[in-house]
Amino acid sequence: MFENNHLLTWMTFWPLIGAVVILCTPSKAKLFIKQLAFLFTLPSLACGLWMLKDYDPALSYQFVAKVPWIETFNIFYYIGVDGLSVPLLLLTVFLCPICILASWGINDRIKGYFSLFLLLETGMLGVFIALDFFLFYVFWELMLLPMYFLIGVWGGPRREYAAIKFFLYTLFGSVFLFIAMIVLYVNTGSSFDLTTLGPDIAASSFWANAASLKWWLFLAMFVAFAIKIPAFPFHTWLPDAHVEAPTAISVILAGILLKMGTYGLLRISYPILPDMAVKFAIFIAIIAFINIIYGALVAMAQTDLKKLVAYSSISHMGIVMLGMASMTHVGMNGAVLQMFNHGTITAMLFLLVGVVYDRAHHRNIDGFGGLAKNLPAYSGITAVAFFAALGLPSLSGFISEFLVFLGGFMSHILWIRIITIISTSGIVLTAVYMLWTYQRMFLGPLNEKYKDMPDCTLREKCTLIPLAIIVFIVGIFPSLVINWFEPTMGRLVELLSKNF
Amino acid sequence: MGNVESLAYFVPELVLIVTLILALLATIFGVDRAKWDVIGALALIGTIIAFLCHISLYDKPAVVIFQGMLVHDMFALFFRGFFIFCTAIIVFMTMFSSEIFSLKKGEFYAILLSVTIGMCLVASSHDMVMIYLALELMSLGSYILAGFARKIGKSEEASLKYVLYGGVSTGMMLFGLSLLYGLTGSTGFDGIRESLANATGGIDLAVYVIFILILAGAGYKIAMVPFHFWAPDVYEGAPTPVTAYLSVASKGAGFALLIRLGFSILLQPGESGAWVEVGSINIDWMFTIALLSAITMTIGNLGAIVQVNLKRLLAYSGIAHAGYILMGVSTLTTVGIESVIFYLIIYLFTNLVAFLVVIMMVEAQDDDRITAVRGLWKSAPYSAVFMTIALLSLIGIPPAAGFVGKVYIFYAILQSQMYWLAVIGALNTVISLYYYARIIKAMFFEDAPDVGSFTLKPVYLGLLIVLTIPIIYFGLFWNPLANYAKFCAQLIM
Repeated sequence: MFENNHLLTWMTFWPLIGAVVILCTPSKAKLFIKQLAFLFTLPSLACGLWMLKDYDPALSYQFVAKVPWIETFNIFYYIGVDGLSVPLLLLTVFLCPICILASWGINDRIKGYFSLFLLLETGMLGVFIALDFFLFYVFWELMLLPMYFLIGVWGGPRREYAAIKFFLYTLFGSVFLFIAMIVLYVNTGSSFDLTTLGPDIAASSFWANAASLKWWLFLAMFVAFAIKIPAFPFHTWLPDAHVEAPTAISVILAGILLKMGTYGLLRISYPILPDMAVKFAIFIAIIAFINIIYGALVAMAQTDLKKLVAYSSISHMGIVMLGMASMTHVGMNGAVLQMFNHGTITAMLFLLVGVVYDRAHHRNIDGFGGLAKNLPAYSGITAVAFFAALGLPSLSGFISEFLVFLGGFMSHILWIRIITIISTSGIVLTAVYMLWTYQRMFLGPLNEKYKDMPDCTLREKCTLIPLAIIVFIVGIFPSLVINWFEPTMGRLVELLSKNF
Repeated sequence: MGNVESLAYFVPELVLIVTLILALLATIFGVDRAKWDVIGALALIGTIIAFLCHISLYDKPAVVIFQGMLVHDMFALFFRGFFIFCTAIIVFMTMFSSEIFSLKKGEFYAILLSVTIGMCLVASSHDMVMIYLALELMSLGSYILAGFARKIGKSEEASLKYVLYGGVSTGMMLFGLSLLYGLTGSTGFDGIRESLANATGGIDLAVYVIFILILAGAGYKIAMVPFHFWAPDVYEGAPTPVTAYLSVASKGAGFALLIRLGFSILLQPGESGAWVEVGSINIDWMFTIALLSAITMTIGNLGAIVQVNLKRLLAYSGIAHAGYILMGVSTLTTVGIESVIFYLIIYLFTNLVAFLVVIMMVEAQDDDRITAVRGLWKSAPYSAVFMTIALLSLIGIPPAAGFVGKVYIFYAILQSQMYWLAVIGALNTVISLYYYARIIKAMFFEDAPDVGSFTLKPVYLGLLIVLTIPIIYFGLFWNPLANYAKFCAQLIM
């Protein structure tokens, strides 16, 4: 059963089995359904750890399985992992059980909630393992629907608006990805194979003379991925979706869904059209710069804690894009590490927002004060998360931001170096809003309304502390994680540098 | 081939004709007053036998039958199967529907069967007179079906509007056919193509006008802009099973007509699956059809946004889908025909599921507005789920089959390098999400003001399951369907 080439399939489809099982469970057994959902996320986590045991960073695609799916169209069920997908897969399988724990408070239509959640997990894992463009696209779209329902049914007051906005924005991007996929298919001898599309195009005489088509293709795919990241100016769905979604779903959105955008760029756009990636580098850097600065400035202006975290995500994803735009080995490593770190740190931030919202039923930053007095554990963990987000040395956020900026300074394009210099001011801005928020919420005189507020429960601690541990470990021994993807990024940078 | 030998290729239609006669006789002898719907069962059995007979014809080689009046080829055979299958489902729906007045059911089935025969003849015509007669046979029956609930004002109105638009459009088409006869002196397709091929030039304008006039007839059947105005009113007014029939079979017949006429007369197979104009005619058919397709889907989708009535919304969605399918036609390639066939099969299942849920709503609450499905998730969870799957298929989101239908069509147009059309089609998909999602929203996010749990007929639920399984199955494993479409995209020349 656990032959290595079935490992990824099991990892991906366990949650789907769970979703079906939950649908068949009587809806009165509420606690049982929650436990069942939690149990069904664990095999995937186990598969993830098993994968790590046999994973060899030096090799390229591993745990590969390739089965014909639609022969007429040359479509394969083709899966495998390399250094780029490993950290994101681990992040996903790790966050999902945590999110189930964080959803313990959901009591309305829980059968639907947990089966959709597990379906969502399958979709996310599928995106990270797919090596066939068609398969990738199917998983990519498969995620939309559970997300739409999870926001729309279980979300906050403006959930319907947020849900349809999310759906429309993402589909708008997806259709361009769809066209790009088929254009590539039609013009590369009918192939959806992500591992060979790049070499095929490089070797083909048709593509050598189709520079403008390539340009448009890269743009189309960039729009699709930029909406997911979300890159300015496609970011406006994010604050709405994050704020209205239930806590666990915000965690998934920020922790994993946003990474799909950058993952898609690194998995599809960069290797398939490396020459265009180099041409677009300056453009991506400018958008990254806007994301970093604009995201931070808007975050500073927020009064709603969840919105603040949402905008901080935009700012932090800008750092990922800057690392990608640098096209240096260090910068790319930083970008992937930042994807991983942002997944853990933002997950913590959203969970922390959920904790305080469950107690106070509002998220107004100025509505609290002096919480540190009564809630030592909560304040402590929040401090860790905030400091990690603002990049304090010894916490994980620092390492990835440092690598990205270092990579940016080493870029072969002068303008990217200049943009990097200006972008570093984002660090200061992040520190400003994070510290200011911390001060308003936790320090100063205690707000009398909340003098009886209980501290974190055991369940909440179980969701937060594992993440905090990861933040520390990666902050102190970053090479543990960087080793996973360092050779893969090296190969990608080598491919790109041929087109400088 | 002579008339007698040709009958072997005509068995499905013969079975339908016998069933039709039996249904009429049974009505005369008062069988339709029986408690149990005997005539419905008869019609159902007849259509099933006809469908089975059609399967046996796939082995026979393509041939011209009835002295050049009809043809037997895979393209025609696909459409005959398509119409008969759709009719069987509609007969089944009607048997349990309370919208069709029970006393007149015998006549209803008889007319339905005659319309089906007309459609089958349209798809296999090989002569202008034949195709026009077949079109009229199908149209006249459709007018009556649309007005069948004649005590309801809306149904009467629907029927009248349908007659008026239909009369004008088929009249225009007839005018076009007469011009074509004047130009070529022949009514048979072979003769027409031959004389067009031998023309020395200077007939481009005439051929273009003829084509546009013919397009009026076909365009009205598929609800193509600007011949779409009847669709919302007729869809809304007609009894829902009839609406479902018109939205699937009638649309299919329109495409059969368009492809049969256009590809048999004006085009001939060229290199690598592309079809080229016959003789010295030099007209940009691709652009003409592509432009119409772009306009059709855009107007359909924009029109659907503001609708509050489910049937009207589905009418506009049907217009939009006519536009999507026209994209496949506009490529003028064999792959394009494949994509049309592929899409129509998926569209059949998808649309029938959507309309079946509407039928259930109309019967349970006598309400066909979007507000009627509010809270359906609570009162009838399975129907809500099936409806969602159908809507996803209409939007084109995997794993629903509508997605692979779009894949095939976009594959066809991108292979012909019609990038602008692909972008318009893709953007239309996004627009369509907005109004389909309104139905999903009503079903899942909103609560019904009076949560009275109404009973849904278990037989409908069974039919829903039967029709939904292919949507998911073909969405994931569409290899056989793609092979079938490839096999059926062969026209006799």
